Amino acid sequence: MPFRFFLGLLGLAALPVVVLAGEPSTPREVNLIAIAMFMVFVLATLGITWWAAGRTRTTSDYYAAGSAISGTQNGFAIAGDFMSAASFLGISGLVFTNGYDGLIYAVGGLIGWPLVLFLLAERLRNLGRFTFADAVSYRLSAVPIRTLSACSTLVVIVLYLIAQMVGAGTLIQILFGLPYEVAVVVVGILMVLYVSFGGMIATTWVQIIKACLLIGGSTFLAFLVMLRFDFSLETLFSSAVEIHHQGIAVMAPGNWITDPVSAISMGIALMFGTAGLPHVLMRFFTVPDAVEARKSAFVATGLIGYFYMLIVILGFGAIVLVSNNPEFVGPDGLRGGNNMAAVHLAKAAAGDLLLGFISAVAFATILAVVSGLTLSGASAVSHDLFANVIKRGRATEQEVVQLSRYASLGLGAIAVTLGMVFEGQNVAYMVLLAFAVAASVNFPILFLSMYWRGLTTRGAVTGGAVGLVVAVALLILGPTVWVEILGNESAVFPYKHPALFSMVSAFVVIYLVSKADRSERAREEARAFDRQYVRSITGMGAAAAAEH
Amino acid sequence: MTGPDAASAETLEALYQRIYDDQQFRQLQRRRSRLSWSLAAIVFLSFYSYISIVGFSPGLLAVPVGPDTVITWGIPVAIGLIALGVALTGYYVWQANRRFDPELAAIVERVRSTAQNDLP
Repeated sequence: MPFRFFLGLLGLAALPVVVLAGEPSTPREVNLIAIAMFMVFVLATLGITWWAAGRTRTTSDYYAAGSAISGTQNGFAIAGDFMSAASFLGISGLVFTNGYDGLIYAVGGLIGWPLVLFLLAERLRNLGRFTFADAVSYRLSAVPIRTLSACSTLVVIVLYLIAQMVGAGTLIQILFGLPYEVAVVVVGILMVLYVSFGGMIATTWVQIIKACLLIGGSTFLAFLVMLRFDFSLETLFSSAVEIHHQGIAVMAPGNWITDPVSAISMGIALMFGTAGLPHVLMRFFTVPDAVEARKSAFVATGLIGYFYMLIVILGFGAIVLVSNNPEFVGPDGLRGGNNMAAVHLAKAAAGDLLLGFISAVAFATILAVVSGLTLSGASAVSHDLFANVIKRGRATEQEVVQLSRYASLGLGAIAVTLGMVFEGQNVAYMVLLAFAVAASVNFPILFLSMYWRGLTTRGAVTGGAVGLVVAVALLILGPTVWVEILGNESAVFPYKHPALFSMVSAFVVIYLVSKADRSERAREEARAFDRQYVRSITGMGAAAAAEH
Repeated sequence: MTGPDAASAETLEALYQRIYDDQQFRQLQRRRSRLSWSLAAIVFLSFYSYISIVGFSPGLLAVPVGPDTVITWGIPVAIGLIALGVALTGYYVWQANRRFDPELAAIVERVRSTAQNDLP
């Protein structure tokens, strides 16, 4: 039965290609090299999914790959989750349009990782099994905590998914000659296949392969760029200053971030959002113990840092090699939007073969990231909401895994629909909004549950809910949604980034409500802190949980 | 935790308490958290100093590093922050593997064996 379903979806995924082949005149040039390379990736990953499906028997296999992934492998997978289309295409596009401001984003994207390692990774691994809510509900009351965590996870996941879908649609439209809607549907179908059949094992391996391809492709492209400038950053930057319409201003901040509040609010979203992304936190459960969790955070930080430096070179390279070329720049600016800078650069630097490769890698990037997101969203629905809130821990493993499959299908449908609704939006902003919610709900409750004895369920739930509501409300009332999408004259809330206000209000409310909580349950939760502390440090009791 | 684990869960909790009360464990944790929090503070302060400069006086980062170059101070500062982040995570992992893990394992082993000897 599941395999017939698998084949059915596979058939659906192939449909657009058949339709395309049958159409006599497509509006755009079809890039056969890109399609061929992408097909190889899809076939290989579907093969992995098939293999992984045979190995996925228990909930631990499904959600945490049986905790059998090594620290180095997991480091690649985490880096893969983080090196999304928003990083690869969004940040290189940001450097292309605004120069230095893209670097601020790169620094902010990296800087959350050391914090994750120093404060969260090991304790998280020792306390939880599948989702970060496991760790929080070790001593806090499961039902309210998991309900809240699942809600915020779903908000983060859906926002992030929209960003990826929009990127995928635009990219495939340009590179493969497929209509935007078809592209979004293909991505939706493939991600549901990976997640529902291969679970975390398939999702992890898809992510590792993609991380290697992306880092390898970017390294080669950056090498080609630097070759043109005799490996001198000075020559690269001075050529960019000559060509870019902002001139020397391209080497300094200020074009994109216009006021101090926005700057700090964005910094908070990037730094603490990283520490609260549910699909990334979930990866720490795929390794056997805290030592491997620690190692994976280090490997991920190194890879992400290296990758961001490449991205900056690619962005500046694109300013020089792409922006004056009529092949890439039309009357309305860069063809396909500013997110296409890195892709056009591949063609400018080495012609069609590299263009095909980079396009296929970009598509693979999106696919791998949406799969990780979908799995995380599906586990929030099945493990947190269904198994622990609705069934109060009395669901069978089969029921839970089955529900995950339906949940991933549901999330796929939502992602496809919203991907179409949000066509044409800047993908980097969408991700930043997801970060704001992660920083305002997940991070405060996870961090305080580990470090503050006084945290109570009432405080965590009230404060987390306040953080969620404030982040979402300010995001809707802010310029990105209120003005650009809803078409109002001016924004009610003047800043693009709500994180400063929403995270601080979450912390304040959590503190005040926890302090005021004098219930018996609150006292019991404080007493349980010692036990939780020892387990989070030593991992005793956690290893047993990973075995079955 | 369910049925068959109930007895072992009780011993586990007693063991947690013994470890928590252990002086050597406390002392190790003090050193360990001093390291984590110092590194976290370095990362936090350097990043927010940077972000504050971006927000309040971006002109500082627009100053060229030399007379004949377009490279501004902003470039080495940004690359330096990325490198700092990677270097500190490496340092933390090295310290944790070399110093803390063996000590912690020894403490846990000692407490576990005395706990077993105390049993009737």
